[in-house]
Amino acid sequence: MAKARIKIPKVVKRGDVFEVRLLIRHPMETGFRYNNVGQKIPKNIVHTVLCRYNGEEVFRAELFPGIAANPYFSFFTTAESSGELEFVWTDDTEVTTSERVAITVSA
Amino acid sequence: MIYARCNRLPRRHVLIGILGSLVALLSPFFKVRPAYALPEKLIPLIREATGGIQPKAGRVKLTLPALAESGHSVRLKVQVDSPMTQEAYVKQIHIFSERNPRPVIARFSLGPRAGRAEVNTRIRLAGTQQVVAVAVMNDGAAWLATAEVVVTAAACVEGN
Repeated sequence: MAKARIKIPKVVKRGDVFEVRLLIRHPMETGFRYNNVGQKIPKNIVHTVLCRYNGEEVFRAELFPGIAANPYFSFFTTAESSGELEFVWTDDTEVTTSERVAITVSA
Repeated sequence: MIYARCNRLPRRHVLIGILGSLVALLSPFFKVRPAYALPEKLIPLIREATGGIQPKAGRVKLTLPALAESGHSVRLKVQVDSPMTQEAYVKQIHIFSERNPRPVIARFSLGPRAGRAEVNTRIRLAGTQQVVAVAVMNDGAAWLATAEVVVTAAACVEGN
């Protein structure tokens, strides 16, 4: 099962601004909830998300429990050269996940 | 004579009625909070986010539904009216909530390569409240926008 869904255009023109959409599969447990025997469910949220375009950071998000479960983001970036977009996120159990998507830039 | 007396409205009632309608007419001017009045508890957090600068209202557009059926997932869009060049760009966007147990919702860092100062996400809201978006520019200036959301079913009510 995929850990995230990432949507970017297949081909973009150099210099064009395009939208990047990212949906991470994560419960984003707030730490304010209790289970059915009254114990607190420990907080476990994705606290950092970042996106690198050919190694250069273009977007970073620091998150708190106020972000909905299965966090969704959309942001913009400028097409410079073909390569890849790398998405990295870390949750409170210190599990870091990354996904890579290839991007083709036409002249 | 008796007939005439019964048909007239008692003076006391007329006076109460006039007073009541005056209060009703004037109350919006006293009760409604102006759009730029920030929730008290957010002021130090906003100050911390901007590095001590008092943000001015404007240049930021915060789009939230006026009514959210569920506070578990409310879509949010922040757009900042700013170029995204090496000389002038939006450095950070902060999202704050008035009534959530954790008032800071998210911090986004952008750069000149973003091309457009816009971020979309989905947030949780613990009840009807004001949401504040603060944009910090690369020159240190700060701008903000607020939005009121009516939430029918709040997130994280259990256990509170």
